[in-house]
Amino acid sequence: MRLEVICMGSTRMAVAVLPPVVAAILRPAPLAPLALAAKHVLRAVVRHHPGIFERLGTHAHKRFGLQPTDLPFAFVLRPAPPSPTVRVVRHLPERGWDARIIGSIAALAGLADGRFDGDALFFSRDLVVEGDIEAVVALRNAIDDAGLDLIHEATAVFGPFAKPAEAAARSAIGIADKLVRALSISGRAARWN
Amino acid sequence: MNLTLGPLLFNWEAAAWRDFYFRIADEAPIDTVVLGEIVCSKRLPFFAEHLPVVLQRLAAAGKEVLLGSLVLVTLEREQRHIAELAATSPVMVEANDVSCLAHLIGRPHAIGPFINVYNESTARFLAARGARRICLPPELPSASISAIAAAVDDVAFEVFAFGRIPLAISARCTHARLHGLSKDNCRFVCEHDADGLVLETLDAEPFLAINGVQTLSHRCANLIDELDDLDTMGIAACRLSPQRCDMVAVSKIFRDAMDHRIDPIEANATLTQVFPIAPFSNGFFHGQPGAAYREPGIRSG
Amino acid sequence: MELICPAGTPAAFRTAVDAGADAVYCGFNDETNARNFPGLNFSREEMRQALAYAHARGARVLVAINTFPRASAEAAWRRAIDDAVGYGADALILADIGLMAYTAQKYPEQRLHVSVQAAAASPAAIRFYVDAFAVRRVVLPRVLSVPEVAAIARAGLCETEVFIFGGLCVMEEGRCSLSSYCTGQSPNMNGVCSPASHVTYQEQDEFLVSRLGDFTINRFAKAEPAAYPTLCKGRFRAGTNTGYLFEDPVSLDAAALLPALREAGVSALKIEGRQRGRAYIDRVVRAFRRALTALDSGQAIPPGGLKALTEGQATTEGAYQKRWR
Repeated sequence: MRLEVICMGSTRMAVAVLPPVVAAILRPAPLAPLALAAKHVLRAVVRHHPGIFERLGTHAHKRFGLQPTDLPFAFVLRPAPPSPTVRVVRHLPERGWDARIIGSIAALAGLADGRFDGDALFFSRDLVVEGDIEAVVALRNAIDDAGLDLIHEATAVFGPFAKPAEAAARSAIGIADKLVRALSISGRAARWN
Repeated sequence: MNLTLGPLLFNWEAAAWRDFYFRIADEAPIDTVVLGEIVCSKRLPFFAEHLPVVLQRLAAAGKEVLLGSLVLVTLEREQRHIAELAATSPVMVEANDVSCLAHLIGRPHAIGPFINVYNESTARFLAARGARRICLPPELPSASISAIAAAVDDVAFEVFAFGRIPLAISARCTHARLHGLSKDNCRFVCEHDADGLVLETLDAEPFLAINGVQTLSHRCANLIDELDDLDTMGIAACRLSPQRCDMVAVSKIFRDAMDHRIDPIEANATLTQVFPIAPFSNGFFHGQPGAAYREPGIRSG
Repeated sequence: MELICPAGTPAAFRTAVDAGADAVYCGFNDETNARNFPGLNFSREEMRQALAYAHARGARVLVAINTFPRASAEAAWRRAIDDAVGYGADALILADIGLMAYTAQKYPEQRLHVSVQAAAASPAAIRFYVDAFAVRRVVLPRVLSVPEVAAIARAGLCETEVFIFGGLCVMEEGRCSLSSYCTGQSPNMNGVCSPASHVTYQEQDEFLVSRLGDFTINRFAKAEPAAYPTLCKGRFRAGTNTGYLFEDPVSLDAAALLPALREAGVSALKIEGRQRGRAYIDRVVRAFRRALTALDSGQAIPPGGLKALTEGQATTEGAYQKRWR
């Protein structure tokens, strides 16, 4: 399922997939704290990137199901201004969304912060889209233009400690990424050559 | 309204080609005939020997004859061909490409459906430089057809009213590719498909028709139920595109329908018998997907 | 040779300029341009800002107004022309004869480029546009071999711009109604090919099935590289053949032909992809900037490493190679 995809920097990298053990560890975790964090990030995004709504136009009122394949939960996002909502669910319901975007959390996050090109993820099958494709395209374009930095937005909650928290988060992600690669679960790039 | 027989788009055997036009000359209630190979320059030599006699026979039968130019002009011999056509044609030339149009500026000429005329300004520009007839692109909706026809005087506007609809042209020959051949060494495999080679979707639904470098619709354009609308818009002629069927009968049905000797429902039933291999479509005219079809008698008020 | 780069959003625009574009082409967020996709393109204000950003960094901006104005609605296209000229666009990329006539008459000093959508594929066609509207450049359709490109450049009628990377139209641009046959919307009229609003993807027995309008156009096995839902790169059946009858899902990559294109006298190289993300713009523009630097210093063209960004994860040199036909 994995193919090599190019990221924004000069190095090649594959879209990482978390090992199943991560999902197993996280499965019993309560959703409430995650929901709170997601809500916070969404609010921050809305505050800092109002241009997203203009690009989304009427598609802002659609419900987007976001399903990370390597995590035991999913999101339902309705980016409608002035008060967009995001719900965290254990499983994405079969109904209740207009469009569904499925991929590893790295693919979804990379799409959000512009490290990955959405079309390339689709060509390589790292991303699956269903439902209202026009809404997906609008969301993709709006987010790519916004230049989101999810880690920055997420750690801003720590107020005066935001900067060290952001640094810690980035280094943790870096370590996790290396770990994933070392375990050869990042897919074909690791198997190629 | 008049009837025009568009250029034969498919690769027919030369004798069949000649006999087809002889019969049109002798029997069909058609006013204008556009002759010439417009799809593939490699086919040009086959008809060359019959062209003068066919042209003469059609003219003697009182038909206005036009010569159509190639849709896609890239090779040097194609460039020479259109320059020569523009310079020496004994009849008015129908330009199907801006390359040919460039040679005709300032002289009376016709614009074929492969030159993009989507609005009044473009039609006006061309009319001011010698365009006497313009066959509008098949994908134009009725609102555009009517606006353009109303805005420009002294041009006979024409619409594509019958036949598989030309949808695309490529440098690549799909017919040759299908047979594992290159375009340069194509062995003229397109000659086996007199109405084009039907291409189906993976659901086995007939979808498109391949004609060498050209791609057409599988469905057959049919504006027989729209003839009154076209007349009201001031459209001067309907274009019938030759298929391997009784085109004399097709032209008679259209003539009768235009003159209200038969109603559209009856006309349609007969037309289905004459050309049974493809269902009809009129979606482009109604601003719908081109493949769509609105049956005669169903009026949207 | 100039490097002409695409931008569908202000962020992609800045990325293109920063990555080394000599010029960026872009359009307004309406049906006046041929990439009229949801969430894409520039408001009037964004266009103004983009021009300022580029001009401050020595880059040019080519505004694409390259659909064919709808009858009775030409005013919208003329407004786009007026605004683009007013904002100081370095060139306008146009396809419609009527719109070119309007622009040439009203703004005789404005630099005009013939869009690929005008399908000007021969010296005679190009002469028509040069004589009638004093166009300065033609973007050549993707139907020509390198020697044919060279012959056109040699004719010296105006500058020539050719595509070097990105999406590949199998059919000649500006003369294709395959999309409107299925969806009612076409590149010429609406600025969209296979619009997302008419596309559906469905998982069916381990296969990903894509449909356009009422027609199934492809079926991908698990892990098989996917393609845009365009008809010319769909899977079909004819007789005993089933598969990619027009063209495989591939993108154009003419990097290896850069020396030949320079030799041919081409003025500008164009990267396709106004619908693509910043990651694509950054990678592709940098790769071709590196390639041009290498070309200028007589070195071999370095590998672009761009395959992962391409349709079907595969590339072709398309019609530049005569055997493609």
